[in-house]
Amino acid sequence: MIYQAGSKESNDCLITIKESSETKIHIDSIVGHLFYDQILEAVKETLKEQNVENVDVTVEDKGALDYTIRARLIVAIKRMKKNV
Amino acid sequence: MLNGVGREIPNSLKPFVSSDDYKNNERRKISKKNKQSKTVFFSSYDEVFDSFHIDNKQTLSFHHHLRNGDLVIQEVCKVIKQKDLKELHFAPSSIFPSYTEMVELIKNKNITNIHTNYINGDVAKTISEGYLEGQLIMNTHGGRARAIESGDLSIDVAFIACPTVDKLANGSGAIGKNACGTLGYAIPDLEYAKKVVLVTDNLVEELDHYQLDGKFVDAVLVVDSIGDAEGIVSGTTQITKDPIGLKIAKDCSVLLDQLGLIKNGFSMQTGAGKTSLAVVSYVEKIMKERIITGEFGSGGITKAYVDMLESGLFNKLYDVQCFDLDAVKSFNKNSNHLAMSASTYGNPFEEDIIADKLDFVVLGATEIDLNFNVNVTTDVLGNLIGGSGGHSDIAKGADVTIVISPLIKSRIPIIKENVTTITTPGEDVDIFITERGIAINPKRKDLLEKLKNSKINIFSMEELLEKTHSMTGVPAKIKKDDRIIGHIEYRDGTVIDVLRRVHDDYIR
Repeated sequence: MIYQAGSKESNDCLITIKESSETKIHIDSIVGHLFYDQILEAVKETLKEQNVENVDVTVEDKGALDYTIRARLIVAIKRMKKNV
Repeated sequence: MLNGVGREIPNSLKPFVSSDDYKNNERRKISKKNKQSKTVFFSSYDEVFDSFHIDNKQTLSFHHHLRNGDLVIQEVCKVIKQKDLKELHFAPSSIFPSYTEMVELIKNKNITNIHTNYINGDVAKTISEGYLEGQLIMNTHGGRARAIESGDLSIDVAFIACPTVDKLANGSGAIGKNACGTLGYAIPDLEYAKKVVLVTDNLVEELDHYQLDGKFVDAVLVVDSIGDAEGIVSGTTQITKDPIGLKIAKDCSVLLDQLGLIKNGFSMQTGAGKTSLAVVSYVEKIMKERIITGEFGSGGITKAYVDMLESGLFNKLYDVQCFDLDAVKSFNKNSNHLAMSASTYGNPFEEDIIADKLDFVVLGATEIDLNFNVNVTTDVLGNLIGGSGGHSDIAKGADVTIVISPLIKSRIPIIKENVTTITTPGEDVDIFITERGIAINPKRKDLLEKLKNSKINIFSMEELLEKTHSMTGVPAKIKKDDRIIGHIEYRDGTVIDVLRRVHDDYIR
């Protein structure tokens, strides 16, 4: 099962998350050359805050700011937990 | 050596000093063309190539009035490919995404050097990735006119697409199935190229009004079609619906008003983008409320300006290129919708140019830096995405130069400590308007004084940069490639910045 939140509109991102044997994070961002490290950090911190481990997270980013990335990831995690 | 805006310029090039430095130099002019022979009429591009002995290493020029609908440059490229001519120098006034035939010619070294004022699309990508064997020189609209009249840019054959031509070889863009309005950018090519060919798909007996004088024309090439009318119309006539764009436009109009710039007899120029159109609409509202009549609007003219001319809000329009069909119609119909050449628009050495008469201009930016230098030529990675066009010309000429932009576009900060590429020097940029505040160039103490009691949020550029980084984070440093692929020539012919190939890490 995969769980998603967000969109591929400009300034937004689409987060896809699924359960996995270990935590993996894939980032595909139009601003990756400028902000890869910040995006990775935002994802890692949010997973930690939400006490989520062993997930496979894909971020398809169209220039979202950190708070958008965090919000989208939290919703995806909630959908996963509720299985919706 | 370092030039006047602190950029390292190779010693073989003439460094930019300041935007006023042209005043220390004499105007240089080669003699205008004096055609000896009778105009000849051709019916194929091959005949033109054969008659004028178009050969390796020659310079061919074009204008961009047909924009994405231009078939002339495409057809000329096909002949070059078939004849496999090498090391040609191309000098189109701009390069559009539809000029796809140029890509292969660049990769195969048929075209090895280019002069242009604006570049976008596949040709831009090809050159950004380092395929052009020689150099790309980016001019301004006024600077190209200067380069041609001085002989710095010597043209062997000018191919001038012309929507209607008469049997005396006079040409007009106002009428014909591919009418595009004024042909301002083609005038220097017409007057100074060694050979001039008007390319048309509408040959008529005699024109009463014409912009291109047949006395300069060596040949007329009559073809089935010079263009695709659909592609000729550029941009949009829609006002932005984006709240950020509207906020910027509104603040811009309030600021213009507080500076007392909207008054009887004023003159203005803006771009044709959606936010610029919103600025025009707010200015129009103020003019109507207070019954103000402006002297002129100029530029690439759009419907918004035509409406203001026709409702009596402006006395005149000065038009170097018509951006939409309403402008084309108005140019054909309204006697106060006047044509201007690239030279009368922005050549620093021409007398009484329109750029110098402007009270204010509203311009865009891809990047702006702490010194107010503006980049409209490359993105942050160094990919070519535009060019000055008239940006540097009117920024210099206008009394107040305003740059508008959102603070952030898809997480990318518009303000940089130093812009990737300098197109227009900060000394000519007075005000930067964003949705979160305004910065005023500290050297414009007069403007700061006028606004001292204003409620407008004025910040320093440093403060705006800090605000931006608090939202986006600090972007990583971009790697630069060593190879110089060309340079940006300021309007006086000096070099304001170099252009580098995009680093391999960013090419995909």
